[in-house]
Amino acid sequence: MSAPAAQPQSTCLAESVRADFPALAQRINGHPLVYFDNAATTQKPRAVIEAISHHYEHNNANVHRGVHTLGNRATTAYEGARDRVATFLNARSREEIIFTRGTTESLNLVAATWGAAHLRAGDVIVLTQMEHHSNLVPWQMLARRTGAALRFLPVHGDEGLLDLSGLDAALRGARLLAFTHISNALGTINPVAELCAHARAAGVVSVVDAAQSAGHMPLDVRALDCDFLAFSGHKTCGPTGIGALYARRELLEAMPPYQGGGEMISRVTFEGAEYNEPPHKFEAGTPNIAGAVGLHAALDYLDGLGRARIHTQVQDVTTYACERLREFPGVRLFGPQGERGGLVSFVLPDVHALDLATMADQQGVAIRVGHHCTQPLHDKLGVPATARASFYFYNTRAEVDRFVTVLRRVIQMIKGTP
Amino acid sequence: MTMAGLSDMTLEELAANFEALGDWEARFGYLIDLGRELPPMAAEDKSDAYRVHGCQAQVWMKFIPRPTANGLGEPVMDIAADSDAFIVKGLIAVLLMLYSGKTAAAILRIDGVQSLARLQLAEHLSPTRKNGLGAMLKRIRELATAQAAACTY
Ligand SMILES: Cc1ncc(COP(=O)(O)O)c(C=O)c1O
Repeated sequence: MSAPAAQPQSTCLAESVRADFPALAQRINGHPLVYFDNAATTQKPRAVIEAISHHYEHNNANVHRGVHTLGNRATTAYEGARDRVATFLNARSREEIIFTRGTTESLNLVAATWGAAHLRAGDVIVLTQMEHHSNLVPWQMLARRTGAALRFLPVHGDEGLLDLSGLDAALRGARLLAFTHISNALGTINPVAELCAHARAAGVVSVVDAAQSAGHMPLDVRALDCDFLAFSGHKTCGPTGIGALYARRELLEAMPPYQGGGEMISRVTFEGAEYNEPPHKFEAGTPNIAGAVGLHAALDYLDGLGRARIHTQVQDVTTYACERLREFPGVRLFGPQGERGGLVSFVLPDVHALDLATMADQQGVAIRVGHHCTQPLHDKLGVPATARASFYFYNTRAEVDRFVTVLRRVIQMIKGTP
Repeated sequence: MTMAGLSDMTLEELAANFEALGDWEARFGYLIDLGRELPPMAAEDKSDAYRVHGCQAQVWMKFIPRPTANGLGEPVMDIAADSDAFIVKGLIAVLLMLYSGKTAAAILRIDGVQSLARLQLAEHLSPTRKNGLGAMLKRIRELATAQAAACTY
């Protein structure tokens, strides 16, 4: 690798891109919007919005069917997006990329197809205690259907690091390991390559939930050596309703179809059907063509900035936000002390997160409250709800400062001091 | 605060008070104060049996039927409710003003969403936000429906 160019000042990145995001220029309740709910979904750059409009204005037709020009354009655009996702993840081939509605559907697809083909009563699925409900409930459902059992890798304290001491023991005799790359509640960055290597050594299939990492750092499925990897377009500057599943070719071939319908078949008689080749075998019905086009534009946009640069910028703002939040007496910050994903969850003494978020919104600051779809983890931490601020490369330290000022005012109001 | 206390205020007075308070800070401050005045709910009632789900904060709610003074007619419902968030406590105080101390039949005749829309609060706190307002309105109707069914004789 050649020596990296000197990193530009991180705020420069944020400032240089802000004009690309129309939604960020709004005033909310009379104040400039501070959008700190990026772990839920990111805002969309104009390039993505325009790519979607352009598709509908010029290239709209169904895919894989028409012999006409528009049909050909739509198919080229849709399959071009598949190529783009394949390079984004460094997959070996485009056939390893299945378009889905997002991370949730990707994970459900693995559970429904690979799971149905390979899991039997008594088999074991290994998860972690920090999984999003999307990477928990599909496996619970699969376990109920097949009689398989779930095993959980524990999470340590408020720092939220995965306890890997029992990893090999947990993997012994297991069939599948599913875990998140970055926790959406804690910000923990899990050692994906290490976990996948242990799984492979134990003959266990690995599934990576990359919902929080795909838009934040370079991802290379070959280097990570995972079997499946899921992500959502809407958390990577792309539109909602589109995402992808990477599936290692050897596994794909042996998987039964997901849903039945058009596109997924090669020949149908009244009695039965022959299925199409992967990935089409797993994409029944008319897909989200405009979504794929938007995702293509989003991935181009992210790689244009550079994912390593994005990671650096988000790290800077996140670290700064953690520092500033520690100024509040009695604050409880969750997540690792060092490097972490671009978010921080916290609770303040005697101030409910709902009160914080509701009143912060009055001042244009958007943060999230609740258990962030990780209810079992919150039960374990003993907090019914936390407040979460989550960042992206367009956020600045100045916005963090405004967030802190807003928090101070809200706390004063709740505590009844003028 | 010179404004009327919780127990003896009507929704009209409340609406006027909110109207008089100019900005969101004053309105939320007032709402939080209303929440502070809320009669405490018995600790043992803050249990799963009375939990109202669908809010980002914890909410509990219970109907306590109170026979009328002469023992004739339908009992009225005193509503006991609480939350761990101040804004939700304030919303509970507003709901009590609207619903508490009425018969189940009277409660069912009230259009909560429309009544609340008259408060200047609506723009800040709509039932579609996950603040529990929608869930609490639904629970009130459920409890009243159950009571009304039990009371038909
Ligand atoms: C870690 C993680 N996994 C899965 C999901 C589900 O993603 P989606 O709702 O886009 O399917 C999310 C989104 O909140 C997430 O943060």
